[in-house]
Amino acid sequence: MSAVYGKSFPPPPVDRRELLRYAGAGAETEALGGLIDSCLEEALGRLTYQVCWARFPVARKGAGLDLGFAATDSADLQRNLAGCGEIVLFAATVGMEMDRMIARANRISPARALILQALGSERAESLCDAFEREIRAEAAACGKTTRPRYSPGYGDLPLDFQRAVFRALEPEKRIGVVLNGSLLMSPSKSVTAMIGIEG
Amino acid sequence: MKITEYMQNHLLFLDGGMGTLLQEKGLAPGQLPERWNLAHPEIVTAIHREYFDAGSNVVSTNTFGANALKLERAELESVIGAAVENARRAAAESQSPQPKWVALDIGPTGRMLAPYGDLDFEDAVEIFAETVRLGVRCGVDLIFIETMNDSYETKAALLAAKENSGLPVFVSNAYGEDGKLMTGADPAAMVALLEGMGADAIGVNCSFGPRQLAPIVEEYLRLASVPVLLKPNAGMPRAEGNRTVYDVLPGEFAEEVAGLIAKGVRVAGGCCGTTPAYIARLVQAAAGQAPREITPKKRTWVSSYTHTVAFGEKPLLIGERINPTGKKRFQEALRAGDMDYILREGVAQQERGAHLLDVNVGLPGIDEARMLTEAVCQLQAVIDLPLQLDTASPAALAAALRRYNGKAMINSVSGKAESMAAVFPLAKKYGGVVVALTLDEQGIPETAEERLEIARKILAEAGRYGIGKEDLVFDPLTMAVSADSRAALETLRAVELIRKELGCPVSLGVSNVSFGLPQRETLTAAFFTLALGKGLSAAIMNPYSDEMLKAYRAYCALAGLDSAFEKYIDFAARLPQPNTAAPREAIPAPEAKEESGSALQRAIIKGLKEQAARIAGQLLETAEPLWVVQEEVIPALNAVGEGFERKTVYLPQLLMSAEAAKAAFEQVKRKLPADKSGSRCTVVLATVQGDIHDIGKNIVKLLLENYGFSVHDLGRDVPPETVVAETLRTHAPLVGLSALMTTTVPAMEETIRQLRQAAPWCKVVVGGAVLTAEYARRIGADRYAKDAMETVRYAEEIDG
Repeated sequence: MSAVYGKSFPPPPVDRRELLRYAGAGAETEALGGLIDSCLEEALGRLTYQVCWARFPVARKGAGLDLGFAATDSADLQRNLAGCGEIVLFAATVGMEMDRMIARANRISPARALILQALGSERAESLCDAFEREIRAEAAACGKTTRPRYSPGYGDLPLDFQRAVFRALEPEKRIGVVLNGSLLMSPSKSVTAMIGIEG
Repeated sequence: MKITEYMQNHLLFLDGGMGTLLQEKGLAPGQLPERWNLAHPEIVTAIHREYFDAGSNVVSTNTFGANALKLERAELESVIGAAVENARRAAAESQSPQPKWVALDIGPTGRMLAPYGDLDFEDAVEIFAETVRLGVRCGVDLIFIETMNDSYETKAALLAAKENSGLPVFVSNAYGEDGKLMTGADPAAMVALLEGMGADAIGVNCSFGPRQLAPIVEEYLRLASVPVLLKPNAGMPRAEGNRTVYDVLPGEFAEEVAGLIAKGVRVAGGCCGTTPAYIARLVQAAAGQAPREITPKKRTWVSSYTHTVAFGEKPLLIGERINPTGKKRFQEALRAGDMDYILREGVAQQERGAHLLDVNVGLPGIDEARMLTEAVCQLQAVIDLPLQLDTASPAALAAALRRYNGKAMINSVSGKAESMAAVFPLAKKYGGVVVALTLDEQGIPETAEERLEIARKILAEAGRYGIGKEDLVFDPLTMAVSADSRAALETLRAVELIRKELGCPVSLGVSNVSFGLPQRETLTAAFFTLALGKGLSAAIMNPYSDEMLKAYRAYCALAGLDSAFEKYIDFAARLPQPNTAAPREAIPAPEAKEESGSALQRAIIKGLKEQAARIAGQLLETAEPLWVVQEEVIPALNAVGEGFERKTVYLPQLLMSAEAAKAAFEQVKRKLPADKSGSRCTVVLATVQGDIHDIGKNIVKLLLENYGFSVHDLGRDVPPETVVAETLRTHAPLVGLSALMTTTVPAMEETIRQLRQAAPWCKVVVGGAVLTAEYARRIGADRYAKDAMETVRYAEEIDG
């Protein structure tokens, strides 16, 4: 079985434009800016940025792919991984506190809850970006390139592919991310994905 | 010999890793290691035997994930039977001379408990209970709960072990890099929780190597009064070719762990990456070391899901506002099942500096056990303060203690035999610090000495249940000084006497002292200061009162409890400054009505909550409440709503405006008779069963309320039957259902089907990320609303 690694990242810089986009906001008004600042102040110290990952070989298998930890015949994923001999499978989370802050705001101020939701998404995606940059740099050092990350539920890759991802990475044990009966993750601001390595 | 006896004078060695060794023997990724108990008993037995040969006193059965979530009942039974049999056989085969025991190994379920996951607490208890019962039947010697990274799940497992066996239970948690459990508990919180429930040994395993775990295990040693266990990994994994290797070798591992044994660890082994060679080296390295004496820490402390609060360091503030006595709006909220009221009170008290929250929901005619449990669950989901469960009903206390995620404060027991017989067994089972009122069958004694006598009696009786004096806080009772001018002095004497004679913390509900006199806060605050001077450890008080906080902050500053006056200075800066206290004269009414009216509209449109509330309050001094709604709030809301529909206003601004409008409404409601507040029809709202996303639904709720609809919000993950029952009860003409996931749309369809049968009059509007107008029609809804404004427009249509 492939080794699974775990690591904490330093907080990635906040991408305010993305945050506004996730919140469905247009321009940043003064009142909205104040609300965002207050959410940042509440949240930033309470988040963790954890990733666990493992590498798997990619092999053709009939009309589909054998990824070492699971097989799939998703055409979209095959397109994404065309030319790749290896993938990095990873799970990333910004931690449970984000869910608590959102739940709390939900009972008190839906506007705040909306901004915290957006912030959680922005944090999780920024963490994935940071991880992806590392993998890309490592690949580049070996003269290889990487594909954009691809998650279960994208295109025709079914969400229940998550079960195989969780069996392979056991993120419950490593970074405290669990898969719920409905195939969503707790903490909710978590991401699983594959990064194809080409060359 | 029983293991607990042996442990009194000996170090106890556990085993090392199992999973990594099975993988080396060919366990494939994705295969359940537990099945190898049956498929390859010889391999599992051999590994156990090697650990015994290496010197382990205890091996854990290969049952980490053996639970009813992963295995069918029949298979679970045979897996656990074979696992115990394998360990037993290994013990018999090993020639090594040390005493040997077999532990039933229990790991996490792999699911997250509600509300942040989808596993109900009682379901978790039952899952663990089934494994425990099977293990007990197979004759294990102890239960080892390990690698738990959530305090609530740990509690569920320990509860299951205690309720289904009389065996010793060891509990070990897995910490993250930040020194906390994944769900937030620090080591102190786990020590308080687990000791309170009677775990026989507690500690730390997995995550890291011994060096990185050292600070956490040292914290356990500093705080715990039971044996501390340590089972680290062999450092961190890395790939070497096709193999996973760990970076701490047996010699280094043994040395590091032996160093922690010298500091007080009494139970030691290894986790991921460790092998019999590691354990052999560890046993060697620790040879000749006697276990260090455990000193009882005698801490009076309670905990939340994140942290502990200890008595005796500095006086504590216990917020008293979650109590319906004398509060009409709270009583209404309770009867309507409106938990938001309680949560807002909780958050506001925390912001005012309360260290604990008293929770009292006793009201004639409500099911207090259900309500207190619900309040506790909701509060602990979003507020990290420890709670004081305040009830006279043993049934309510039992139900709420069971669900409490930590070690609770219990309010209260008295010197009455009946009270002690009801409360002490619960405190013993679930853990808790009990507030003991110094009264008994004869009532409240007049003198301090007599109250001390009752305190002694309570202390002695608690001892008979195995409850130490560190788990009692005495309340010598505050009486109204207006009824007896010596009452306050006698209570103060009792505070002093109990502190001096018994050494126990003392708490008072201080507000009662001023009952029946004017300017109550002045008297209460002065009494509070006097009591603090006598050694009061905590007060149940009103954190909204500036007078009380002034007394508290000033006392802490003067008593050397506020280093560099940091808290005092911070508090002083937040107090209202004298020259800003006259806004009333600044706005002459009614001439300025036109202008300040548009000021309210501007505040709402800009989404300025405080400003909207303040201006509305000023307007209402002269204007009719309904005029304010019709001419000010609604036009402003309409302007924003239309902007949203034209896409010139975005969702965050819409919400901020809605909240500002709501703040203005709150002011209006104070002037209106209760029955006039909802002048439009009733709407029942719910996120459907299986779906835990409720942000969208909450936005709809806020806007509907803004427009005067009476919203009955059933929350999230709501079964169809509950939606139907509420619709029938309220005869609502409109039901709004939300679903975010394709997987929960069938639940929405089912809810609609049941509504059609039981409540054919009602219309159903649906929304949520995965829905479309077409999809909504297919599942039988009357209307699809793409956002909150559309829902409002549809509701207006229905309301006519």
